[in-house]
Amino acid sequence: MQDSKRNLPNRLGLQKLPKGRSVGSWPTRPGIAQLLRTLLAWGVTLLLFFPIAWLALTAFKTELQAIEIPPVLFFTPTLENFQEVQERSDYLLYAKNSVVTSVISTLVGLLIAAPAAYSMAFFRTKRTRDILMWMLSTKMMPAVGALVPIYVLAQKAGLLDTQLALIIMFTLGNLPIMVWMLYSHFKDIPKEILEASRMDGASLWNEMRHVLLPLGMGGLASTGLLCLVLSWNEAFWALNLSSAKAGTLATLIASYSSPEGLFWAKLSAASLMAIAPVVVFGWFCQKQLVQGLTFGAVK
Amino acid sequence: MTRFMPRALLAPAVVTLFLWMIVPLLMTIYFSLIRYNLMQPEVSGFAGLDNFDFFVTDASFTVAVSNTLILLASVIAITVVGGVALALLIDEPFPGRGFVRLLLISPFFVMPTVNALMWKHMMMNPIYGVLAQVWQFFGAEPIDWLTDFPLGSVVMMISWQWMPFATLILMTSLQSLNREQLEAARMDGANYFQRLRHMYLPHMARSIAVVVMIEMIFLVSVFAEIFTTTGGGPGDASTNVAFLIFKHALLNFDAGVASAGALFAVLLANIAAFFLIRMIGKNLD
Repeated sequence: MQDSKRNLPNRLGLQKLPKGRSVGSWPTRPGIAQLLRTLLAWGVTLLLFFPIAWLALTAFKTELQAIEIPPVLFFTPTLENFQEVQERSDYLLYAKNSVVTSVISTLVGLLIAAPAAYSMAFFRTKRTRDILMWMLSTKMMPAVGALVPIYVLAQKAGLLDTQLALIIMFTLGNLPIMVWMLYSHFKDIPKEILEASRMDGASLWNEMRHVLLPLGMGGLASTGLLCLVLSWNEAFWALNLSSAKAGTLATLIASYSSPEGLFWAKLSAASLMAIAPVVVFGWFCQKQLVQGLTFGAVK
Repeated sequence: MTRFMPRALLAPAVVTLFLWMIVPLLMTIYFSLIRYNLMQPEVSGFAGLDNFDFFVTDASFTVAVSNTLILLASVIAITVVGGVALALLIDEPFPGRGFVRLLLISPFFVMPTVNALMWKHMMMNPIYGVLAQVWQFFGAEPIDWLTDFPLGSVVMMISWQWMPFATLILMTSLQSLNREQLEAARMDGANYFQRLRHMYLPHMARSIAVVVMIEMIFLVSVFAEIFTTTGGGPGDASTNVAFLIFKHALLNFDAGVASAGALFAVLLANIAAFFLIRMIGKNLD
């Protein structure tokens, strides 16, 4: 603490820094070090991003161009693949399943998680901590541990390959994360605001509707977004519980793993359509999405 | 507000999660003790510990356990070391940093089946794949990745997906590093490795631990990547415990043996979870 007080001028940028040394650059030959580091950062990044870029490129090639040796970089882009993916495997059906299952499971999850998070954030008891920990522990159970019972239950209930089965599984899988994320957001809302509204005679419903909802909107939104992404990308239950009728995009893509599905341009087109919404989406809320996954352990 | 209300609001979530935890667990324990084949309903009866015996003495079991551990250890090692390096590399401003961050995080949002097939076909195909082309360009013999290094290939795909996660978490943690201290250390003549050893790494230690734990939980039951690329093969070369359980359950339809295996997987995951829960719990108040 003392340190930071003494360095106040520095923190405010008042103290002049030695020439040629911006704060935090490498000590020797700042110009060259900076340049090298920039190049290295860009090089590594482009290398890591390359598979996605290549996938996107291949999606616009013809099947022949897709497997040409050496690979072609310049070509006249075609949209044929996207059309054929739709005709050959009814892309839209799978996309619809993905949208329906992820949106509904997220909404149901929010409906169950938000009241619980509200209750724990504003009416703390001795047991709140234990309940939170226990909820977290249910997420630690590997999905495969529940495969047999869930499969048997779904089979007996006639729910195999239905959207309902996937919605239930996605909701259950995301519920602990949702409670945790909402809890850590609600905790930051000043209790006094809610108490004041209660003093003024607001009913529980009005308190939630007019005070909690506007104040907690940010938390609700980022929690919802993370769960949309997780459900959209979910592959374990989707692969095991659904196929041609209720299959999500994750199952559609998996069907291309068989040798007869070896049409790279079409596979790329289908893949691109499956990942583009979420990847673009992830760009906008990367921080919230990734931090949500750590249950607030990293701030 | 009555005392009753907070409990009523909490109840749906608690009840749902309690059922989700207890029902599959009890069923799994029950199934693991009986003879239960999904395709042969006439076979039934108490099996004692036969299922456990069968699962554990199966030749695939040892392979699957060691594959699970190898996969966990290598992916965690690669992503943590790579993540630390990348986080340090882009910690300070440089031209295009914002854009670099966007591109870097992208792999994490790619769904597992796309990730797997993209690598299987377009990157690792021994004839047409990009890697084969690169190998040929340098005059080397292209590698048939999925046949010759099935587990290594899976490790590669998953590391590619999880490195961005580690990077982003560690980058976030670096932002709270006291810059004046860092500057002071440099003025006092500490070189980069001394600062790395005594300032950056200790500061990131907690976040690194969190990354390790979270990855353990998600990666102990890697499934989609194996399902869509190698199918656990060749032989059992890339079968992990999760995939072995799947094989018993939905390929051999032996729910009894699969359940015995599932209990084993739960035990494995709980060991990792125990430490994570304690760590996060400390952070709660």
